[in-house]
Amino acid sequence: MSYIIDRRLNSKKKSAVNRQRFLKRYRKQIKRAVEESLKKRSIEDVDRGSDITIDRDATTEPFFQHGRGGSQTRVFPGNKEFSTGDEFQRPDQGGGSGSGSGEGSASNTGVGEDEFTFHISQDEFLDFMFEGLELPYLVKKQLKSTTNFETHHAGFTSHSSPEKLHLIRSLRAAYARRIALSGPGKKELTELKKSLWALEEQPVNESNSRKIIDLKKKISELKQIDKKRIPFLDTFDLRYRNYVRVPMPSSKAVIICVMDVSGSMTQTIKELAKRFFILLYLFIRRNYQKTEVVFIRHHTRATEVDEQEFFYSRETGGTIVSSALELTADIIEQRYPQDQYNVYVAQASDGDNWDNDSEICCKLLQQRILPIIQYFAYVEITSGMHQNLWNEYKNIQEQFANEFAMQNVRGSADIYPVFRELFASKTEQKS
Amino acid sequence: MKKQSPISTDAEWTFELIERYEAEIGRIAANFKLDTYPNQIEIINSEQMMDAYASVGMPLHYNHWSYGKRFLDTSQNYQRGRMGLAYEIVINSDPCIAYLMEENTMMMQALVIAHACYGHNSFFKGNYLFRTWTDASAIIDYLVFAKNYIAKCEERHGIDAVEAMLDSCHSLMNFGVNRYIRPPVLTPEQESKKVAEREEYIQRHINTLWTTVTIKESSENKQANFPQDPEENLLYFIEKNAPLLEPWQREIIRIVRKMAQYFYPQKQTQVMNEGWACFWHYTLLHQMYEEGLVTEGFMMEFLQSHTSVIYQPPFDSPYYNGINPYTLGFNMMIDIKRICQHPTAEDREWFPDIAGSPWLDTVHYVMKNFKDESFIRQYLSPRLIRELKLFSILDNSDKPTLKVSAIHNEAGYKQVRNDLANQYDLGYLEPNIQIYNVEVRGDRSLTLRHFVHQQRPLAESVPSVLQHLHQLWGFDIHLESVTAQGEILKTFHFPEMRPESL
Repeated sequence: MSYIIDRRLNSKKKSAVNRQRFLKRYRKQIKRAVEESLKKRSIEDVDRGSDITIDRDATTEPFFQHGRGGSQTRVFPGNKEFSTGDEFQRPDQGGGSGSGSGEGSASNTGVGEDEFTFHISQDEFLDFMFEGLELPYLVKKQLKSTTNFETHHAGFTSHSSPEKLHLIRSLRAAYARRIALSGPGKKELTELKKSLWALEEQPVNESNSRKIIDLKKKISELKQIDKKRIPFLDTFDLRYRNYVRVPMPSSKAVIICVMDVSGSMTQTIKELAKRFFILLYLFIRRNYQKTEVVFIRHHTRATEVDEQEFFYSRETGGTIVSSALELTADIIEQRYPQDQYNVYVAQASDGDNWDNDSEICCKLLQQRILPIIQYFAYVEITSGMHQNLWNEYKNIQEQFANEFAMQNVRGSADIYPVFRELFASKTEQKS
Repeated sequence: MKKQSPISTDAEWTFELIERYEAEIGRIAANFKLDTYPNQIEIINSEQMMDAYASVGMPLHYNHWSYGKRFLDTSQNYQRGRMGLAYEIVINSDPCIAYLMEENTMMMQALVIAHACYGHNSFFKGNYLFRTWTDASAIIDYLVFAKNYIAKCEERHGIDAVEAMLDSCHSLMNFGVNRYIRPPVLTPEQESKKVAEREEYIQRHINTLWTTVTIKESSENKQANFPQDPEENLLYFIEKNAPLLEPWQREIIRIVRKMAQYFYPQKQTQVMNEGWACFWHYTLLHQMYEEGLVTEGFMMEFLQSHTSVIYQPPFDSPYYNGINPYTLGFNMMIDIKRICQHPTAEDREWFPDIAGSPWLDTVHYVMKNFKDESFIRQYLSPRLIRELKLFSILDNSDKPTLKVSAIHNEAGYKQVRNDLANQYDLGYLEPNIQIYNVEVRGDRSLTLRHFVHQQRPLAESVPSVLQHLHQLWGFDIHLESVTAQGEILKTFHFPEMRPESL
């Protein structure tokens, strides 16, 4: 007797748990591999899964087996020119002898491959990439901004406003009450009814018919009393739908990317800035349900633009950083109320600024921007000397150590470490 | 015989067609006296096949990171096109579960049904090793038990503790089998009584072994080793005697031990098992063709798959990866049939007992009573040695050169046959390591002995394995490599001894 079963629709994820265990066990190695690959890869690929290669030695499960050496005989197929007694040089490892079954089956897998390569998904990749990073003051903000409420149905109540009246429940309660309260009168009534039926069975005569009329009168009287005594619907019966308001933490974030596009910013510098912004976007997006991005570019004048224009359009001219900061402050005030959004500002620049402008920048930051946002990150992409903007910002960093961070980036390999440092969790810094 | 019309002419399979093919193959198999467990044929897709690969072919298994590793490895290689997946996996269970891939053509499904559901299945049911060591009707239940038990342990004692335990057990898995002592067949009453006794016994036994009250013993008794005779089943010894393990840890050792024992016959019968299955898919499908149930096109496609499965690349080919067990097994089975049906003078000299005997009875006898090593030692014929052009190479690390010690000629047949048989002898492949002594009255250290064979040393993995052993035993571990003359060649210790204490 044979059975044929179609299993194709069964779950395919049987190995998921084991896979997770493996990833957990080799977390350190995988993280190192992720960081290595991040340094090399173009940023557009970051948001995808990746092939991860770790040392195979680390993952081997040891067991007792024979090593090389000693004397052993192995049988091979396909003899061509050998005859008994021939001797020849031992070939290098691998080739004919390395994979002979004389070594035991397990060593076959070890031959020739020192690296263990496997694929991890995008989510896993990002998890490894962002591990240890923590959004600054995320928790604080979430608690602070619990101004949004959602209403949830929560059972029934007996006191509420009329529009929430639940008809079926109310009538059901009334019916139950009527049954319960009509008990005592009912006994008498049934008794009277019984004797009435008994009389009606008997042959009709004078006394009987009078009795019947009497009984009928009594019954109807009793019924009347009952009706008066037990109301059809009492206020006591009314049931209302109950709703509760549940506070919902705000899970919206906005990232405002500010970049200098003046003549001194070459395409390479912009590319570096782009990597930084995308990294920031990926990072923040993972922590909020909804993340918006605003792009502000500036030379002597700031404008809000779309992503394409932000990164790729060519502009030239001088540099006035304060123009961009002013626009940033305006946008936040107008569009992103503090109680609904977690605001992050990231500024990338080559450090160039018009001489007297840096002071204005500082004032803007201190007075209008830093008090209402979560975090301001400034990256200066230059390999040369720092200019006045850097120095002014240094002062701000001292005043607003929790909200303001700045770092210098020299090449693409720096981006990720700098990013990590900017967003390194506060707890780590303290310890 | 009257020719019938073919069952199907299309490459696509359907469930109805599989059923019809299965019924026909089953009918023919019964005519050839193939005795099988009931078949449970399951159609799966490639991802499920990879899952099955990862959990050592079993339909369910406890969780462990190493299975995750295997899964990642398989899926990476498969997706990169570096390897194909097997057409089927078959499990030694009752009913016998066989997985068929949905990608297979109708011809492949028929081939696989003949190969797995009748070939392997009858081998599982008939071969003495499987009959002695495995209980096909209980394995699925045992796997369920093991999975649940280990999951419960993870809940109670933490995933990490259980994982460490499994890591250690897995590293000794090959040494967790009884090779020679066969378990007596128990009646159900004896079985249940034994289960109850076991728990009590273990605890009592350990307590007496480690009792702290010193017992005055006569001086000749003091020198006796514990265990009295060396123990080859390391996991068994640890399960029963390790002083510090908790009951759940002992049970985990037992689970790993049972699994090792369950797979032990498969390791020893790869050539026979595959040879037998290939022999029968070849025979059964040819019979179908003779009866007109399959078309010529079907047979062409079948023969193409069949020949690629049993292809043996020569030793100097880049595709050479050891002797192909399918080739060796299939050819030996076909050869036995030939010796029965058309024996030559040479066959009569070499195989007087089977030459000219009824072939069907003979192949059944062979299937039932041998394992790879004895099968080759007994039935590898000079003719097949010539056909495969087998030759032996002696590799002695003391000498700078390799030596051809025997080839496929009159003087070499016996030598080649012997060498090849040894190659499939697990006792020869795996180092011979046994528990030699426990310092019962001293530091409780455990001494193992590696009995060196043909001067072959142990691999570099020894310290890591000893570490695992130490994890289980809880006290110092010593391993001595000993020659046949009793001379200690080399010692290993965990934890490492400091030089001054040596």
